[in-house]
Amino acid sequence: MQMNKRKTLGMTAYLLFLLTPIYWLLNMSFKQNDEILGALTLWPSNFTFDNYITIFSDPSWYMGYVNSMIYVGMNMVITLTVALPAAYAFSRYKFVGDKHLFFWLLTNRMAPPAVFLLPFFQLYSSVGLFDTHIAVALAHCLFTVPLAVWILEGFISGVPREVDETAFIDGYSFPRFFIRIFLPMIRSGIGVTAFFCFMFSWVELLLARTLTSVEAKPIAAIMTRTVGAAGIDWGLLSAAGILTIIPGILVIWFVRNHVAKGFALGRV
Amino acid sequence: MNKITNNKAWWLVLPVFLLVAFSAIVPIMTVVNYSVQDIFDQNTAYFVGAEWYREMLRSPRLLDSLLRQFSYSFSVLLIEVPLGIAVALMMPAKGRMASVSLILVAIPLLIPWNVVGTIWQTFSREDIGLFGWAVNSIGIDYNYASNASDAWFTVLLMDVWHWTSLIALLCYSGLRAIPEAFYQAARIDRASSWAIFRYIQLPRLKSVLVIGVLLRFMDSFMIYTEPFVLTGGGPGNSTTFLSQALTKMAIGQFDLGPAAAFSLIYYLIVLLVCYLFFTVINLQDKAK
Amino acid sequence: MNWMAWTELTAAFFSVIAVILVCMTVYEIKVPCTERKGFLPISTTRGDRLFIGLLSSAYIHLAFLAFTELSLMIALALSTIWLAVLLRWG
Repeated sequence: MQMNKRKTLGMTAYLLFLLTPIYWLLNMSFKQNDEILGALTLWPSNFTFDNYITIFSDPSWYMGYVNSMIYVGMNMVITLTVALPAAYAFSRYKFVGDKHLFFWLLTNRMAPPAVFLLPFFQLYSSVGLFDTHIAVALAHCLFTVPLAVWILEGFISGVPREVDETAFIDGYSFPRFFIRIFLPMIRSGIGVTAFFCFMFSWVELLLARTLTSVEAKPIAAIMTRTVGAAGIDWGLLSAAGILTIIPGILVIWFVRNHVAKGFALGRV
Repeated sequence: MNKITNNKAWWLVLPVFLLVAFSAIVPIMTVVNYSVQDIFDQNTAYFVGAEWYREMLRSPRLLDSLLRQFSYSFSVLLIEVPLGIAVALMMPAKGRMASVSLILVAIPLLIPWNVVGTIWQTFSREDIGLFGWAVNSIGIDYNYASNASDAWFTVLLMDVWHWTSLIALLCYSGLRAIPEAFYQAARIDRASSWAIFRYIQLPRLKSVLVIGVLLRFMDSFMIYTEPFVLTGGGPGNSTTFLSQALTKMAIGQFDLGPAAAFSLIYYLIVLLVCYLFFTVINLQDKAK
Repeated sequence: MNWMAWTELTAAFFSVIAVILVCMTVYEIKVPCTERKGFLPISTTRGDRLFIGLLSSAYIHLAFLAFTELSLMIALALSTIWLAVLLRWG
């Protein structure tokens, strides 16, 4: 039992390390600016909800959350729709160029964003998608799709091929087999993949900011607005920051059992 | 499992290929085009051939930020991978506590990157931030805004705070996939907990660790938002990583040509590192 | 497409890459290749050798730019020979 105690102690220490900065953000979100900048206080002395009220009463603020959620949702749907069949193909078949295609997919994460932003902007402007949610969703597919294919392929390799063969002998067509039999079997994989798509799309700032101006502006970009003539509005910024964490917590809550079920990815 | 050779599988992969190609190929072609020209504006550009490459390869700036970037990325991996594995081992396996700790561990991953920068910006200030104040009050002179090594350390700490959870979550999930029978067999053999880790858990973690290491390497190599918000690259150039140097060049000074050449050189370096990593891993798998 | 800032040289470069890829794909479909071991330390397929060849050619060019004043034509010739050697005996 000595071992378990050490584990709990270690875990507590790590969680403390994780949560203290978050507490700091929460703490600041209930303060006024002069208190934040004035001194170090562990607890707001003038407890205020003003920062949150500002956000919830101003459409240019709360629409940022709506915009972010729309394109993240779109991204998750698009990514899963295209990545599921592809992951199936990678796990079941050998075909010309499969390994190279896989590696090429991964390389898209390696491009340093700075210089690529301008072509991105121009590409999406030239096809008339600038400042739409779908543009951000498509651009984020660049790094969510390869990851999704990778994770799903691991899960799919865990399903024995006899399952497919039996279904085909029973007269299932491929699409019907895929949707009715196969997808329910890799439910956990889909949950985990959706979580990772959400994660990487939700937190990304540079592409999302470059591809939008008004209509689809994400919350992370709106936050940079708090830098005004009078300096940064720290309280408002913190409140906005706290609110960005909440959707994420909801998502991880829904997929927690899938993550806890575990995945060992077959092929590397 | 033996795979069937069937080129019709391309039809299943085609949507992914088209989708990614749309966003990937045109930008990279454009950047290659930029890199051989001196661009003044939309319509005025002069062909300069490989001049930018020559200039960039010989400039101390490239070598500097390359070294800085490698030392940063390797520090990140060196800390985050062992720590992530340790956290995954410590996380409770079952019950309510498992769910709670899973959610708490995942929180840093779900915060937009500029907010992460903001948190640490105030959290580490020595006058109004808890962390900065605490470090100073135990007698260490710490100020990330004026001291270069403090700034570097803060960016590193922020990265550890932010991303260790990714490794931990992947490993946690990998650990849960180990059948209970393995542990029972080990218990019968009276294996030490180190032996269990070394011969049962670690091999099973390999595939998730490969993902984790690659993701962390690529992302830390391109790190931009967090240090930008935290210190703006300063003091001096101590936390000006690759992406920031590029942004300064491409957007600040509109030197698109050199910036493009610079980023393509970096792209080739990352490509080589990842390819070698991949090949070595595949080789090990085959050797088994 | 004006914003893509095409030049003749880069257009030629990408066309050559595209042609190589198409040829290799067609060749692969007609005559599927098997992995083999050449002078490279790992056993490779034709596609692997092409990738290694192209990547190392890029590095040959960069090395020429970084360390010499020689014309890139020499680097190009060297890379082509290297690529051919690699595809044949690698």
